Amino acid sequence: MTTLQTVFEKARSENRAALVGYLPAGFPTKDGAVAAATAMVEAGCDVIEIGLPYSDPLMDGPTIQDAVHRSLTNGTRIADVMRTVEGVARTGAATLVMTYWNPVDRYGAERFARDLASAGGAGTITPDLTPEESDPWLTASREAGIDTVFLVAPSSPDERIERVVSCCTGFVYAASLMGVTGARETVGSAAEGLVKKTRAHTSLPVCVGLGVGNGSQAAEVAAYADGVIVGSAFIRRLLDAPDEKSGLASVRELTYELARGVRR
Amino acid sequence: MTQSAQGGQPASEAEGTLITPADLAGTRGGEPDVHGKFGVFGGRYVPEALIPALDEVAAEYDKARTDLGFIREFDHLLRTYAGRPTTITEVARFAEQAGGARILLKREDLTHTGAHKINNVLGQALLTKRLGKTRVIAETGAGQHGVATATAAALMGLECVIYMGAVDCERQALNVARMKLLGATVVPVTNGSQTLKDAINEAFRDWVTNVDHTHYLFGTVAGPHPFPEIVRDFASIIGVEARRQVLELTGRLPDAVAAAVGGGSNAIGIFHAFIGDENVQLHGYEAGGRGAESGEHALTLTKGSVGVLHGSRTYVLQDEEGQTIESHSISAGLDYPGVGPEHAWLKDSGRAVYHGITDAEAMEAFALLARTEGIIPALESSHALAGALKLGRELGPEATILVNLSGRGDKDMGTAMKYFNL
Ligand SMILES: Cc1ncc(COP(=O)(O)O)c(C=O)c1O
Repeated sequence: MTTLQTVFEKARSENRAALVGYLPAGFPTKDGAVAAATAMVEAGCDVIEIGLPYSDPLMDGPTIQDAVHRSLTNGTRIADVMRTVEGVARTGAATLVMTYWNPVDRYGAERFARDLASAGGAGTITPDLTPEESDPWLTASREAGIDTVFLVAPSSPDERIERVVSCCTGFVYAASLMGVTGARETVGSAAEGLVKKTRAHTSLPVCVGLGVGNGSQAAEVAAYADGVIVGSAFIRRLLDAPDEKSGLASVRELTYELARGVRR
Repeated sequence: MTQSAQGGQPASEAEGTLITPADLAGTRGGEPDVHGKFGVFGGRYVPEALIPALDEVAAEYDKARTDLGFIREFDHLLRTYAGRPTTITEVARFAEQAGGARILLKREDLTHTGAHKINNVLGQALLTKRLGKTRVIAETGAGQHGVATATAAALMGLECVIYMGAVDCERQALNVARMKLLGATVVPVTNGSQTLKDAINEAFRDWVTNVDHTHYLFGTVAGPHPFPEIVRDFASIIGVEARRQVLELTGRLPDAVAAAVGGGSNAIGIFHAFIGDENVQLHGYEAGGRGAESGEHALTLTKGSVGVLHGSRTYVLQDEEGQTIESHSISAGLDYPGVGPEHAWLKDSGRAVYHGITDAEAMEAFALLARTEGIIPALESSHALAGALKLGRELGPEATILVNLSGRGDKDMGTAMKYFNL
């Protein structure tokens, strides 16, 4: 298994930011997700976040909602998510699961952490798990040897940032703007300040997500962050493609552009 | 305990307001801890981006709840705008079908806008002003919370956007028109089940984007802390008044209190004043839809399991992998696969008991109250009425049952016309 630590050490040694790509399991199909993620890794993604599709994605914008809805309609279950992680981890990318809390809660925190570790997963990102409610998950993850990534936001005051980063291992996810997921014309102007503020509380890498969708935005973010996170833009490529083959080609093309961006 | 909870002089008379700092102090039991937990239930499961806003609302409410100026302002609106206190009505002809038990209705249908929702809305609209926010958003199922929010926004000059499931927009079309007339923007939500749950998702998405100038005027006792507590406190005027009124009318406390449970605000609103009265049974009625076995229901407390939905740990209708199961009810206001965390806690502690009422039972009670008493209830409230009929037969003719008639049925005439071929 490739760990987040290895990824960020390597990126740092190459004097660049890491590229993190997101895709929900089961989208566009169960196998199609592994194929798309593999293409993303081959073209330059260092880390893959596999989304666990959830019926009530209240942090997600229309693009991810659409993909997740299709995935659930395809009958994606947690076993499929684990199989997807297994397939993606085999490519050598550090592979995370991004999930709302209820599916993990229901599955059982210990069981989820154990199964994810056995599938070769490196950790999780939990966007609606607050530090106050995180103890069972931190314990289970520590025991299974996987990382726990939590989010800070432009609205977070210092004492919240301190509290959130104390729950993080691997890296800290800085939301670039106040809002839901989705590519935007411009990356939130609050992002750089948030990264600076966050660094005052941690030596962990800080990655920026929400609203990043092209090479120049990736370059802009890479100038001040340790990693650039892209989700909706990949999904958009797959949604807009007439067939699977051209979808993969389009995802590859976007990854090259972003990978050049984080190296600028 | 407040004076009124001990059965002495009503605290509200001593203070001169309908609801008092003592009522809002949450000392009756059921006060959540600092993290908003009722036992294991409640809390906050939300994006970190919203935590400062929730903290801000909680801090402002903590100041407001003990501020006599705020309470007088709230009281003034409750009296002169909402039409409080609302009366209680004894319904003897209806009660003949309940084994002769005495049935008393708390008439929230007589408030301005026609449902109990106005109480919480006026409280939170005042809070919005104190927070310095200029825009309110809300979710709505039956449309009553949306109408109440649009009403308060019109009154106080706030911009107002209401999220409503597309299915609900259709079955509560009258309320959509009311909201528009009141100057609100109504956004039909076409995701998922296109009902209340999806409207809440969409409202949260709006809130996280516009939180700097927007207050999410949450409409029921669910959601992340502090909403379950705030909404309960503002709704608790229902029980504070009713408890005093029943004592005055009958010389004793009721044997049982009955209310419909969607998210749970009208039920908590009438239950709360009775929590310390151990001999008063508390009964909540959820929507049984086409029946518990049909799979088409909203029996969250009676058939659901513990999980997290909309920011709070509570009972949820979910599958074995934590995916929300869509609920079904003829009543839009009860068509919700979650429930407020305090109800989850009251259920597990045994202090309140929850049951299901089918669509057919609710429709029967709806028609019966109309024919025997000349009162057309909301379909939501009709679930409580159907519950009271069963409860009366169980408790016998000596029993007195207080029912929260949470709203009026005008909005439901479309559904009734179809159902009864009117
Ligand atoms: C009249 C009426 N009663 C009850 C409800 C259900 O909500 P709650 O359970 O929060 O009281 C609604 C919701 O729209 C309503 O309009």
